Amino acid sequence: MQIFISFILAIISSMLIDNVVLSRFYGICPFLGVSKKVKSSLGMGIAVVFVILLATVICWPLYNYVLVPAGIAFLDTVVYILVIASLVQLVGLFIKKYSPSLYKSLGIYLPLITTNCAVLGVAQGNTDQGLSFLDSLANGLGTSIGFLLIIVTFSCIRTRLDSANTPKAFKGLPIALVTAAIMAIALMGLQGLFSGIKL
Amino acid sequence: MAKEKGFTKKNFLKGIVVENPLFVSILGTCPALATTKTVEAALGMGLLFTVVLICSSVLVSLLRKLISEEIRTPAYIVIIATFVTIVKMMTSAFLPELYSTLGVFISLIVVNCIVLGRAEAYASKNTVFDSFIDALGMGVGYTLAIILMAFFRELIGTGAFSFGKIFTFIPAFKLQIIPVGYEISLFQNPAGAFIVFAIILAVIAFINNRKNELKTNLERQAKIKKQQEAKLKAEQEKAKQVAEGETK
Repeated sequence: MQIFISFILAIISSMLIDNVVLSRFYGICPFLGVSKKVKSSLGMGIAVVFVILLATVICWPLYNYVLVPAGIAFLDTVVYILVIASLVQLVGLFIKKYSPSLYKSLGIYLPLITTNCAVLGVAQGNTDQGLSFLDSLANGLGTSIGFLLIIVTFSCIRTRLDSANTPKAFKGLPIALVTAAIMAIALMGLQGLFSGIKL
Repeated sequence: MAKEKGFTKKNFLKGIVVENPLFVSILGTCPALATTKTVEAALGMGLLFTVVLICSSVLVSLLRKLISEEIRTPAYIVIIATFVTIVKMMTSAFLPELYSTLGVFISLIVVNCIVLGRAEAYASKNTVFDSFIDALGMGVGYTLAIILMAFFRELIGTGAFSFGKIFTFIPAFKLQIIPVGYEISLFQNPAGAFIVFAIILAVIAFINNRKNELKTNLERQAKIKKQQEAKLKAEQEKAKQVAEGETK
């Protein structure tokens, strides 16, 4: 039970309190680039959840059971980026074979995920901080769901922004960044949510 | 390939102003927001980034005839990841404070779109020297851009500039500019980073809009002038013809 509670708390904390986009600044490029339409941001978010979970499940054992015993732990970044790049290819092929309709909607976002820092950031952060496998999984799950949540919310606001009357200089990206700043302030209010709970 | 005079200078300067990777192409935004709490951290990040960019650009340019078209993206990623690992190990050995400040963002240089973008768009097609100059310009442009962001964030967020905390080989000193108690600590928070970035982009958009307006205004004026001249000429000709007719 204790393990279960701490698992859930770790997910919530990496999802909301230490949000991947708005407080850790991973994955700003897709956050700004693929958030013009709600549908495409949803597709991107789901694809990222998929790849982050798989990358966490593969990279953690690879680091702890292969790289460390072999004494080449310093090669972690190279190995992770290769794992992620091939994983993205593999997931793409898999989805293409079994669900062409899903591939049609997700396919164009898959190559973009290789250069999404959230994936590499999570894999690297897990092993840099020496988290256990369960904690890494919670971190991956929380981070990716947090990304999905924020990118979908942000795209909803952005579609409304298009019809808003903004100053000419702020049109487009600048006003979107101001929106992101306000969202970040909103999430700041959640800090210290768990300070009363003892683990 | 014959080059015009001053090509190298232009090639270097384009990365700083016209094609600034951060403010014009909006690439590499993650470290620009995350590592700009202090000017010193931004300078460190910019330096490491420039080193990786130059090394990978030069190597990609050297190998551009060996790497075949199909495997070039994975090959570039491996080259970049190797240089990032080297830089990471050097930093952790010689500048441990910088290493702990930047944390995972040193590793994340691998997925910085600028490095891969320059390898793909420039270094894979140009000579080693040109690629070197291009990478140097882009690196310096990016460093200056994130230092500009860090300048505002540190100035407004803490009211002072402190040096010597990360680069420990220079003596530590603090430059208090805004009196204590008047700083807005929001600018040290993530929200402040977004706001500073938004305002800088808005200022750039404002200047560009102004420039375009001036240009279109000038063009319109020139057009009107031309039309008036043509009209005047036609009238003069008509008057001449009428005058000629009258004399006949």
